[in-house]
Amino acid sequence: MSLTIGGVTLESRFFLGTAGYPSPAVLRDAVRASGTQVITVGLRRQLSGGGEAGEFFKFIRDMGAHLLPNTAGCTTAREAVTLARMAREMFGTNWIKLEVVGDDYTLQPDPFELVQAARELASDGFEVFPYCTDDLVTCNRLLDAGCRLLMPWGAPIGSGQGLLNPTALRTLRSRLPDIPLVVDAGIGSPRDAVHAMELGYDAVLVNSAVALAHDPTAMARAFRLAIEGGRLGYEAGIMAKQEMAVATTPVTGRPFVL
Amino acid sequence: MISIRLNQDSLQMQDGATLAALVASLDKPPAALATAVNGDFIAREQREQCVLRDGDFVMTFEPITGG
Repeated sequence: MSLTIGGVTLESRFFLGTAGYPSPAVLRDAVRASGTQVITVGLRRQLSGGGEAGEFFKFIRDMGAHLLPNTAGCTTAREAVTLARMAREMFGTNWIKLEVVGDDYTLQPDPFELVQAARELASDGFEVFPYCTDDLVTCNRLLDAGCRLLMPWGAPIGSGQGLLNPTALRTLRSRLPDIPLVVDAGIGSPRDAVHAMELGYDAVLVNSAVALAHDPTAMARAFRLAIEGGRLGYEAGIMAKQEMAVATTPVTGRPFVL
Repeated sequence: MISIRLNQDSLQMQDGATLAALVASLDKPPAALATAVNGDFIAREQREQCVLRDGDFVMTFEPITGG
């Protein structure tokens, strides 16, 4: 069941975002309930008179999970590279969830800026987790640029629409069998996570679906179980669909006698 | 004196002021911030050597929750 990313072996295939929870206490409980070993964090420009920092940061560090800082809000490769370097210093990790947005309404990644930033960061020693679309050619370019895993979207960030294009995701899985693939963004319910896992995806990254639940802690556990179940189902081998009914109770042949 | 922009604010500093001096004047521990000048990352250990010039745009970033 374990997954190896960037030389790190993970038992959990559930990456959890930390934004939008009702309170730090709920976030803490949700992180614990999720069993996650990878939690995403961010950086923002400091505002004068800004609130207290440090407490949350300490809590996150104390969780013992791997931190995955993002470059949210960047629209150019240059911005993303600068923010990634800041994140490396601030969080003490070379992991970076690379986001370079090309459209304000869909927050769709800009593939051109993304590839450029990925190339620069990978050559600078980063383990780049690129948030990308499900376009196969773009994904191949990201791999050429030095990425060792990919994080295609299921649907636009925060939309909760589930996997809008399972055909494209299936194609990616099929064409890139040895690359760790993580569905990032758009997952709205545990069912969507199961769907991703049953497609053979290695992990899912979820934030809003947990943070915005009435009970984020319970939802974190629900996702944990769903992800484990989906992965187990995938590894166990899901039966082929049939066009017509196939009788379960044998009327011929040699059934097991109970 | 030089005029610089710090995030959304404008401020005056002495000629020859360094990024380290600017960061030290803020209300956060220097290690709790990441810095960039004119869009380029300046590492913590380089702040002392980074002499600010008139018109520089300094950005400071702090850790937050994120997805």
